[in-house]
Amino acid sequence: MTKLQRTGLTRRALLGRAVAAGALTVTGVGFIAAPNAAWALEVTVITPAQMATLLQMARDIYPHDQVPDQFYAVAVKGYDAEDKKDFVATGIAELDAAAQAQGHADYVSIGWEEDRVKVLQAIESSPFFQAIRGGLVTGLYNQKEVWPIFGYQGESFSQGGYINRGFDDINWL
Amino acid sequence: MATFDLNDDSVVVIIGTGAGGGVLANELAQKGVKVVALEAGGRYLPEDYINDEWESFGQLAWLDTRTTSGDWRVAKDFSGLPAWIVKAVGGTTTHWAGASIRFQDHEWKALTTYGPVEGANLLDWPIDGAEMAPWYEKAETKLGVTRTGDRAGLPGNNNYKVFEKGAKALGYKEVHTGRMAINSSEYDGRMACQQTGFCFQGCKWGAKWSAAYTDIPAGEATGNLEVRDRSHAARILHNDEGKVTGVEYFDKDGNLQMQKARIVCVAGNTIESPRLLLNSASPMFPNGLANSSDQVGRNYMRHVTGSVYAIFDKPVRMWRGTTMAGIVQDEARHDPARGFVGGYELETLSLGLPFMAAFLNPGGWGRSFTTALDHYENMAGMWIVGEDIPQADNRVTLSADAKDQFGLPAPNVHYSDHPNDVAMRNHAYKQGIAMYEAVGATRAFPTPPYPSTHNLGTNRMSERPEDGVCNKWGQTHDIANLFISDGSQFTTGAAENPTLTIVALAIRQADHIAREMSAGSI
Ligand SMILES: Cc1cc2nc3c(=O)[nH]c(=O)nc-3n(C[C@H](O)[C@H](O)[C@H](O)COP(=O)(O)OP(=O)(O)OC[C@H]3O[C@@H](n4cnc5c(N)ncnc54)[C@H](O)[C@@H]3O)c2cc1C
Ligand code: SF4
Repeated sequence: MTKLQRTGLTRRALLGRAVAAGALTVTGVGFIAAPNAAWALEVTVITPAQMATLLQMARDIYPHDQVPDQFYAVAVKGYDAEDKKDFVATGIAELDAAAQAQGHADYVSIGWEEDRVKVLQAIESSPFFQAIRGGLVTGLYNQKEVWPIFGYQGESFSQGGYINRGFDDINWL
Repeated sequence: MATFDLNDDSVVVIIGTGAGGGVLANELAQKGVKVVALEAGGRYLPEDYINDEWESFGQLAWLDTRTTSGDWRVAKDFSGLPAWIVKAVGGTTTHWAGASIRFQDHEWKALTTYGPVEGANLLDWPIDGAEMAPWYEKAETKLGVTRTGDRAGLPGNNNYKVFEKGAKALGYKEVHTGRMAINSSEYDGRMACQQTGFCFQGCKWGAKWSAAYTDIPAGEATGNLEVRDRSHAARILHNDEGKVTGVEYFDKDGNLQMQKARIVCVAGNTIESPRLLLNSASPMFPNGLANSSDQVGRNYMRHVTGSVYAIFDKPVRMWRGTTMAGIVQDEARHDPARGFVGGYELETLSLGLPFMAAFLNPGGWGRSFTTALDHYENMAGMWIVGEDIPQADNRVTLSADAKDQFGLPAPNVHYSDHPNDVAMRNHAYKQGIAMYEAVGATRAFPTPPYPSTHNLGTNRMSERPEDGVCNKWGQTHDIANLFISDGSQFTTGAAENPTLTIVALAIRQADHIAREMSAGSI
């Protein structure tokens, strides 16, 4: 089962749920959303399948099992743009070709992370892979909302620094 | 604040207002010398600094076009960003961590102490520890360096406590919270450190010394210093006698201006300073100004660096508190038995999550990368800073085709490790990992050098004119009224963070320039 199907992100599933839930509206070409409808990502230029591929790539490149999909979605949503369209299409075609060369139908339909990683390794030096990976370094880790998941506390000046908030509170040494 | 006429040829023009230029400007102004300081960057003060790594980087970092070559990993990982330095009034002293330590006496005499090293362009400094001692003391007083004078050390934060325990377990003796230009109690009208943990982003409390809010305003208050911000020096001009006469620069609006000068001091940091001399080539000086030795741009040094991070089974929260207040100095000695000449310091270091992701293993991905970050909260970190070997071919040159926003040839920074550098780095990695394992780290790993924060050597001091660019005062061998006033005058890099030495040299140079000016010899 593909990630798209697993998470109920096919266009049909989305449309169906949108109607059923009455909460999501379809604008433009389509969008992808969390199965629990906790978030949705509208795609207006690239296809939902392409966006789902990017999302899977993001998870496989920087897998953090405790970080929900929505943060990865935010990290790649910038690729849904007119000036990125061809880049995405060519890149995913290249990725799927690499998957086919390893005996799979395409990249997203590979069930095991280990096998998907092998496909990514095959295109690791391509400009497409490097751009996606490089973009994630800031796109994923520079989201303030992600920081608490890692325990990082961010800005501290407005709270008076850590002088009275545990700069030296280590107690297990 | 003073303003001087573009045609006033009695002024000293200083290019760059960082550790070297900012201090020199103030010291000269205090002595009554009229100074125009040209600074490419804008003005930012503590209220402007941002407690956010990337946002702060965007605000302050020097991001003009640069290219790289050589076998250093930075050329691959950060091909357009060889160095991490600041473009702002106050220069890189806004970003710096404040570690302020003196050279060891033998480090002034690297060639004599280490002997010839194959492939090295080693040289002794034309000055020594005894000559520099009083200037170091003045610099420490200016910066309010902890553990010097009667200033107390900083308290240790969580990252330091892990580091200290590991160091002591290995038998290291010289372990403490560092000699830091960060106030442990109120000093010089600035408050004590509040342990906010964003030393690299500009200290919002002003507890860390930075030229931006100390020397620059102090100099301006004398009425002898005019700082022109957003003014990018493009070319230094000279007359038929081969004396420099002024500086062409692009002003705030991008218009080309020319400020006349009696003396010009170059302090644009180690990449921009040689670039400016090379970009100032003329029919009289076809290889660039002050370059009869062909040493301008050569011997680029960046310290042997690298980091060690370790993960524990319990939280450390290294980001809380000072970024770099912790040091082990036992390995700074010269002891060839370790397999290399020179030595290194180990210093605590913490990065926030965004920078950790960028620097942990640039280009890395997959679970070996992400499982390390997963335990960010349980991580401790340290940085290696050791003496690297000056090599003639490690150099800043003008790019043949890359240009900056003004159409000026961009600098290319070429660097390859010397085998001595590699041996030292590997030794330091091993020691750092052993320290953390001694405290129970469940995983410890080295990370590669970041873009250079310490940039040194490209206009080096030398006794003989054929060996370097400037003499023991920073005065260029070729042109008597042209001075080098930043880290580019370093003959060798020593194991220590460079800024205290840059500041001490600037104070000493100001004294010399003022004396020679009143004697009428320049
Ligand atoms: C993150 C970080 C941490 C650091 N921590 C430490 C530490 O703990 N201890 C230590 O000793 N050192 C540290 N350093 C290094 C220290 O900041 C530098 O060694 C020091 O600031 C260099 O001084 P400088 O005068 O050579 O150059 P800078 O301070 O970089 O000043 C150069 C100035 O010249 C300006 N300029 C350049 N070209 C031109 C031009 N053409 N026209 C006009 N202006 C120009 C620049 O904008 C800049 O303001 C750190 C650096 C960084 C980045
Ligand atoms: S930790 Fe101290 S020196 Fe560093 S930024 Fe905070 S207050 Fe300033």
